[in-house]
Amino acid sequence: MPPLLAVQGLGIRFATPDGEVVAADQVDLTLAAGESLGIVGESGSGKTQLVLAMLGLLAKNGRATGSVRFQGEEILNLPAAALNRVRGVKIAMIFQDPMTSLNPYLKIRRQMTEVLVAHRGLDEPAARARCIALLEQVGIPDAARRIELYPHEFSGGMRQRVMIAIALLCQPDLLIADEPTTALDVTVQAQILDLLARLRAELGMALLLITHDLGVIAGACERVAVMYGGRIVEEAPIDALFAAPAHPYSRGLLGSMPRLDLAQPGELAAIPGQPPNLQALPAGCVYRPRCTFAFERCRSERPDLRAMLPDRRKACHLEHLP
Amino acid sequence: MLDLLLRRLLVGIPTLLVIITVAFFMIRLAPGGPFDKERAVTPEVERNLLKAYDLDQPLLTQYGRYLTGVLQGDFGPSYKYHDFTVGELLRAGFPASVKLGSLALLLAIVIGVSLGAMGALYQNTGRDYAVMTLAMTGITIPTFVMAPLLTLIFGIYLAWLPVAGWGEGGWRHLLLPVVALALPQIAYIARLTRGSMIEVLNANYIRTARAKGLAERIVIGRHALKGALLPVVSYLGPTTANLVTGSVVIETIFGIPGIGRYFVQSALNRDYTMVMGTVVVYAVLILLLNLLVDLLYNLLDPKVQQR
Amino acid sequence: MSLALPDGSEQLLAIEGRSLWQDAWRRLLRNKAAIVAMILLAIIAAMAVLAPWLSPHPYDEIYWERIQAPPDFANQHWFGTDGNGRDLFVRTLYGARVSLMVGILATGVSLLIGVLYGATAGFLGGRIDSLMMRFVDFMYSMPFMFFVILLMVVFGRNIFLIFVALGAVEWLTMARIVRGQTLSVKRRDFIEAAHAAGVRKRKIITRHIIPNVLGPVIVYMTLTIPQVILTESFLSFLGLGVQEPLTSWGVLIAEGAQQMESAPWMLIFPASFLAVTLFCFNFLGDGLRDALDPKDR
Repeated sequence: MPPLLAVQGLGIRFATPDGEVVAADQVDLTLAAGESLGIVGESGSGKTQLVLAMLGLLAKNGRATGSVRFQGEEILNLPAAALNRVRGVKIAMIFQDPMTSLNPYLKIRRQMTEVLVAHRGLDEPAARARCIALLEQVGIPDAARRIELYPHEFSGGMRQRVMIAIALLCQPDLLIADEPTTALDVTVQAQILDLLARLRAELGMALLLITHDLGVIAGACERVAVMYGGRIVEEAPIDALFAAPAHPYSRGLLGSMPRLDLAQPGELAAIPGQPPNLQALPAGCVYRPRCTFAFERCRSERPDLRAMLPDRRKACHLEHLP
Repeated sequence: MLDLLLRRLLVGIPTLLVIITVAFFMIRLAPGGPFDKERAVTPEVERNLLKAYDLDQPLLTQYGRYLTGVLQGDFGPSYKYHDFTVGELLRAGFPASVKLGSLALLLAIVIGVSLGAMGALYQNTGRDYAVMTLAMTGITIPTFVMAPLLTLIFGIYLAWLPVAGWGEGGWRHLLLPVVALALPQIAYIARLTRGSMIEVLNANYIRTARAKGLAERIVIGRHALKGALLPVVSYLGPTTANLVTGSVVIETIFGIPGIGRYFVQSALNRDYTMVMGTVVVYAVLILLLNLLVDLLYNLLDPKVQQR
Repeated sequence: MSLALPDGSEQLLAIEGRSLWQDAWRRLLRNKAAIVAMILLAIIAAMAVLAPWLSPHPYDEIYWERIQAPPDFANQHWFGTDGNGRDLFVRTLYGARVSLMVGILATGVSLLIGVLYGATAGFLGGRIDSLMMRFVDFMYSMPFMFFVILLMVVFGRNIFLIFVALGAVEWLTMARIVRGQTLSVKRRDFIEAAHAAGVRKRKIITRHIIPNVLGPVIVYMTLTIPQVILTESFLSFLGLGVQEPLTSWGVLIAEGAQQMESAPWMLIFPASFLAVTLFCFNFLGDGLRDALDPKDR
């Protein structure tokens, strides 16, 4: 049986007036049904473009190459009409900013029911009843009344709940969440993450969670892929990564994260240097300019993402981190 | 809604008052009277004339009388056409002007929005460039050049349409003036629609709509169009003002018996009461149309409704 | 076109004033339409200035034997003559003088009033700001064109009056732009930093606010000039603009439109000059906007 999602050699390039920008290069990923994978990386690491490319949502100047198979079928660069049999139905997505991701000119009801009308062929009253039920399921009180409101009449957290409800309307096999909590208050963040975990358990769907915050992934995912400069540099079970990061960048990410579970009050270590310039990526390893362990080979030869253990991969010339 | 209406009226009425006042005193300050161009009259005749036109009274009394007159729809007698009141002349010209203006407005909105949306949807393709070129042409070639050019081509060389006149307002007489009047506004609206449509198409909520797997027809028609049209609606105020101004030229060029042509003739003839009457009518018209546009905007934007 | 990649370089450019302008200039030079527009405008302006030396005919000389004559190279009437037997080429160039002068001066007037008004409102903020802007809104709802016409009717045609009146109409938008720009610049971090560092208000305005407001103002100016030229032509066309024997494009077009059947050159030459000039200013304005507003790339 093929995996739920198989990404192979995915590359994303943008044509800009100042030259070509490489947002992602040779990305390989797989995800089994019901599994949860987190993708972590700084802004500009290409993690958001990756999922946008899968769903055919790149900006007009973007081009994707490679292969994305969903339930065994190629979906990359499909025409919109064919993609629409998958997106919103089998793969649903929630976005970072619930303030701007909902249409400000349409009532919540319209933005929800249209999904069921389009994909499930329901009529408006039936769709409305189903939507109200789902709004209640994601924790929106008084849903029958609130469904007739406009997005600006909701708080940020409530709006993200609405987004989640919209994504779940067709009971997707895969939910992609792109920084679902970044725009929210800290207390609300925890609520939304709890909600996502609960819904995943109830519905048995797979989750692809994209964030810059390893802490978010730690609570919500089984596996994690670390992205840097448009490439995956390490992939590991979440516990294994926390216990022993294998790539220098992963170690840097962990070191820059405040840990409450460690007793000793150590200093937070920022990673020195700047994120890479995607218009002029260095030859060899992209992380080399910021890497404390870089040696001659890193300058000339690009490290492949290779398996270390059956469930761990990394892209680094070093066998072991010192 | 009612609240907004009242607030707008509260602003509109003083605005109108200011317009009438400024116009009134400007004209009274003007050198020369209404009869300069006529041959010398005896002092007695002149006294009678001044009396007939209320000019023998103190300025403030004149102002008061004019104001009460205007409120009752009486703009006084024409300085030039002694047998008519300004009100009669305006009423005679009104239907033609309204017909011309409303048809041009309709044409401008329908064609402008369609062209603009097409340009945005086919951004940076041949169709887009065609729309942009047409828009640039419409904006840069002024009405008073476009109108004679259109007449030259369709009225004289091709002889398909009448060169001028009104002919009871049949479509053959209407076509050229309406097109010439609407063209610059079509161009502005097309540019505006294209710009706002492109902006909206890049908005996050359009990406959401696509991620929901909705057909492109629904993404554009339901999700993009409303947001893209808001700037167009708010531009309709200036559009109507421009149409009113443009109609002055169009009516003059095509010899259409509307208030615009009266306005120009009376301005050249120094028919002060007539000029004033026209300004007041135009001001009321523009204020009313602006009010209408506000209400429309209010209907479209849920965020404004709340306030 | 939007690019979904975050990029901090724009903020850096906004602070480094000089590199912002250099950057804009470079982008402008890459815009072919804007370059062509600039060159054409320069040619038209040069022709207007040098008009008396470009043609052997004075602009008000009447040639009785050549009334409404078509273009004729033997007598050096390159554009023909008008209904009074005057050389149309030189009259078109004199019309250019008037049209360009009115355009630039009236825009200058609107710039002066608009910038002062808008910057004051934006910088002071609060109640004064909302009061000042309420006034602008009020003025917007006035049918100004008719007031300008009224002015012309009442006080007679006078070129000085024309550009004061037009400038007084156009300043409203300028004031709005400058105010909006001032407000947004004022809220930016580096201004607050300057405030916190105890830099004097005057210095903040001249050093920080004015350079940052300049871009949109230049763009709007480039787009106001054709607007004013158009309005002046409109007035002249109606017979309310400049007076004989002086002329402007609007007057020439009005005369040409009346004779377009018998003497189409009288319409075509001045109309083309006007249209080309308006085209050029608009293309230049668009080019400048694209060059100065990097987010629109």
